[in-house]
Amino acid sequence: MSSKKKKSVKPPAEEKPNELRVQKIKAGTVIDHITAGNSLAVLQILGITGREGDVISIAMNVHSKRLGKKDIIKVESREITADEINRIALVAPKATINIIRNYKIHTKMRIEVPDEIIGIVRCENPSCITNNERGIKSHFSVVDRSPVTLRCTYCKRISSQDYLVEQLQGSP
Amino acid sequence: MVSLTVKNLISIADLSTKEILTILDLAEKMESIIHGPKPSTLLAGKILASLFYEPSTRTRLSFESAMARLGGSTITVADISASSVAKGESLADTIRTVDNYADVIVLRHPQEGAAQWAAEVSKVPVVNAGDGAGRHPTQTLLDLSTIRKSQGRLENLNIAVLGDLRFGRTVHSLSYAITRFTKRLYCISPPGLELPDEIVMDLKEQGKEVIETTDLKGILPELDVLYATRIQKERFPTPADYEKVRGVFRIDKAMLEGVKSNLDILHPLPRVDEIAPEIDETPYARYFTQMFQGVLVRMAILSLLLEVNTK
Ligand SMILES: [Zn+2]
Repeated sequence: MSSKKKKSVKPPAEEKPNELRVQKIKAGTVIDHITAGNSLAVLQILGITGREGDVISIAMNVHSKRLGKKDIIKVESREITADEINRIALVAPKATINIIRNYKIHTKMRIEVPDEIIGIVRCENPSCITNNERGIKSHFSVVDRSPVTLRCTYCKRISSQDYLVEQLQGSP
Repeated sequence: MVSLTVKNLISIADLSTKEILTILDLAEKMESIIHGPKPSTLLAGKILASLFYEPSTRTRLSFESAMARLGGSTITVADISASSVAKGESLADTIRTVDNYADVIVLRHPQEGAAQWAAEVSKVPVVNAGDGAGRHPTQTLLDLSTIRKSQGRLENLNIAVLGDLRFGRTVHSLSYAITRFTKRLYCISPPGLELPDEIVMDLKEQGKEVIETTDLKGILPELDVLYATRIQKERFPTPADYEKVRGVFRIDKAMLEGVKSNLDILHPLPRVDEIAPEIDETPYARYFTQMFQGVLVRMAILSLLLEVNTK
C-alpha cells in the first residue's frame, strides 16, 4: 500500500521539463484542471487579452493523472471573483482554483457547477423567448455536470458544452 | 372541491396523471352544462383576456366559447399587429397591463417559453394556447379527452401516431401524455420525419415500447386509435418526394378494410388531404368530436384555474 503511494507521487518523466507550470507566482490565481483546450475560453471569461500588462502563463494539453489532459492558467496579481468562478464552471467543470498570496496558497477551491445557471449564457434556441424579449434573464437547469449540459427552463432546449465554450469565447 | 396544484397551465409535463384525470372528469361534467336547460353562471363576472400573437381561429374561438358557456366574458386585442405590441412593447409589459383587466389570460405566442415567462410576471393565471414549436397543453388534453370518451378508457390501447412526427408538436406532447396510460406507441412516418430520438429514448427509459414503421396498411388492423397529422410539402427536398409520401400515408375507405370496429381516427386539423373526405361519414372519424371536446376541456381548465366551486 505505502510503496504504491510513493510511486504515484513521483511525476511522470514527460512532465518534468515543463518549467512554466512549476514556477511559483508571488500573488494571483492559479486555475488548474481546466478541461483540455478550454483555457482560451477561460481567459475570455476573465476578460484577459494580454494587453492588461499582467504576467499570464498558460499551459495547454498537459498530462494530468485525474483528467488525462488538462490546461492550466496562472494569472499574476489578480484574484478571481466568485462570479467569475461561476462562469468558468460552465467550460471547465473540474477546475481547481488556488488564490496565491506571498508565494503561498491562501485559498484552495474546487469549482462546483450549480444546479441552476441564471443570466450567464444565452439559450441555443433562436426562437426562445429569452432571446427575443427585453428584461428577461436566461435560466437553465443543469442536467449534466461533465461535460456541462444545460436545459433552458423556458423552451426546454438542451445547450451543449461546445455551444457554451463557443459563446463564452465569442462574448467577452 | 377539485383543484390543481398549478396556478397556470403551461405544459402537460407540469400536471400529475391524477390532475390530468381531474381535468378530463370535469370536462365530462361540462357536457351537461352545454346541453342543460339553463345557462351556466359558474364564471359570471369573470373576464378572460385572449392575447393571440399569431392567428389561430380555432383555438381562440374554442376558448371564447368555453368562457361564454360558463357565463364569463372575453376581452381581446382586435389586431395585435396594430397595437402597442407592434411598436415594440415587451410581452412582460403587455401582460402587466392586461392582468389589470382580466381574471385569466390565454396566450398564443410565436416564441418558445413565452407562456411561462408571461406566467412569471402575471398577477392572474395564464393558459398556454401554443408557444412557437413548443407546448400546447389544451390540445393534448382534448386529444386525451376524445380518446377516453370514445374508447371508454385510456389504458391498454393500441395507439399510433401518423405523419410528420419530427416537427409536429401536438404529436410530441401527445406521445408523452398517452404513454402515461399505455404500454406502447406505434409511430408511422415517412423516412426523415420520424419521432425525434430524444423522445423515443425518453419513452423507452420509462419502459415503453416504441414501434416505428412505415407500413400504415399493415399496422391498421391492430389499432384502437390512429392519430394523423399533416405532412407539409416544405419538409421534402422535391415535390416528387412529397407526392410519393402523400399517396402512401393518405387514409381512404379502401385502406380501412379489416380494421377494428372501435377504431378512432383523430387529427388536430386543419387537414390538407391526409384523410379523404369519404372518411368523415364513417364511424371512425373523430376529428370533429375533438373540436367539441376542446370546448369541454377548456371549460374545465378555466373553472379550475379560476378556482370556482365546480361541485
Ligand atoms: Zn430557451
